Amino acid sequence: MRRHLLSSADLSADEVRMLLATAAEMHEVQRREVKKLPTLRGRTVINLFFEDSTRTRSSFEIAGKWMSADTINITGKGSSASKGESLRDTVRTIDAMAVDCLIIRHMASGAAHQVAQWVDASVVNAGDGTHEHPTQALLDAYTMQRRMGDLAGRRIAIVGDLTHSRVFRSNAITLRTLGAEVVLVAPPTLLPSGIDSWARADGLELSAELDEVLASGPDAVMMLRVQRERMSGGFFPTPREYTVGFGLTRDRLRALADANPEAVICHPGPMNRGLEISADAADAARSLVLDQVSAGVAVRMAVLYHLLAAEEVAA
Amino acid sequence: MVRVVDARTVLESADVARALTRIAHEVLEQNKGSDRLVVLGIPTRGVSLAERLARRLGEIEGTPVPHGCLDVTMYRDDLRRAPLRPVGSTALPEGGIDDRTVVLVDDVLYSGRTIRAALDALIDLGRPRAVRLAVLVDRGHRELPIRADHVGKNLPTSRAERVMVRLVEVDGEPDSVTIAPGPTLAGSPS
Repeated sequence: MRRHLLSSADLSADEVRMLLATAAEMHEVQRREVKKLPTLRGRTVINLFFEDSTRTRSSFEIAGKWMSADTINITGKGSSASKGESLRDTVRTIDAMAVDCLIIRHMASGAAHQVAQWVDASVVNAGDGTHEHPTQALLDAYTMQRRMGDLAGRRIAIVGDLTHSRVFRSNAITLRTLGAEVVLVAPPTLLPSGIDSWARADGLELSAELDEVLASGPDAVMMLRVQRERMSGGFFPTPREYTVGFGLTRDRLRALADANPEAVICHPGPMNRGLEISADAADAARSLVLDQVSAGVAVRMAVLYHLLAAEEVAA
Repeated sequence: MVRVVDARTVLESADVARALTRIAHEVLEQNKGSDRLVVLGIPTRGVSLAERLARRLGEIEGTPVPHGCLDVTMYRDDLRRAPLRPVGSTALPEGGIDDRTVVLVDDVLYSGRTIRAALDALIDLGRPRAVRLAVLVDRGHRELPIRADHVGKNLPTSRAERVMVRLVEVDGEPDSVTIAPGPTLAGSPS
């Protein structure tokens, strides 16, 4: 395993499988009465979050604590960044305290890559702008694999706001690494520019017709959040219109069940109920939304184990 | 398998079987029956040995004896000194280990560090009434104050030698224990 986890593209199929296997063992720990392993005793993990987060930050914190690492949270708002300190100075200051791992979320795409150049600690990308979110992709793959078995050859639809979605980018890479078929569904205004060329090169299908894709009976449908905080308007006329075209409504839930009775539904959260996903779909038995959250800690424990437990490999 | 020229076989299939049968009787004698016994194997080969031991205990006493596996990877004291070790699985039988007598099973007892880790792992999972240790081979060279309660074979070795255990379930070849020159490789059972 390498020293950083910055992009899903860093991971080979073998590495992904090994991480998921480790995560399965970590998941067992979650059921124990005493949820504490001594594995990372004496290691310090800093959660450096410049963007709001509930599940990612808390699951990294819990993951570190359950493995006995000392975990500290720093948020953009409460740190010297709000006094105007540059990102470089902030991370170098933290690194100077001899920490072992820096988990960073930042609104700028590429922030984690940049930080990795500046520090000695291992860096984990916990979301950089609209670029990547590799641990989310791992936990999605883990959750689906647990329910569906091997993902190779499975057909997985990713639906919604592709332009602003780091979850989509990392997921598409990890799912392709594992050999799944990936079909992307989005309104033309929410397609990243130039996606035509690279999606085809990466073996991703593109569609603007959710109903057609659902009728093809995909094994999993991953609904993406409409990221209103990143939109300055003009991507779709009204929320209602978005729902009509691309929301997983009650009718579409039924159509999906008809086309593939085993199909599952994922959403990285937080959900906009009634916008991209109906309450019926979010709470359906085929919805893995809460399994995804529960897998978050196990997968992040696996990532920390792989990055921090073994001897440091000479770079 | 790589055939080492100077490898010497110290236990063959029948010897392994006899040793396990004797250990089974010893365990039952000490425990006065199989009441509240749980047999836990340490991956990889300890798990197969634990299954065999539990089966023998069940056959002798006429009631099944629960068994499972206990991975100690995340409790090891040498994680930072070695390349990444894959995490094995831990599965306790129904009923857990609280107030039971746990028989830990491993193939080779060497430095004792694996067993130290296993004791820590056990205590995180519950509070056994007692913990006993059964090993197929005790090769000496302890680094910690740990001893086995039941030993298949005491095997005086030098640190320069390597003890290899082969079990049919794991290795697909007949059971055997061999000694060969050459240091124990990092990551191999100790």
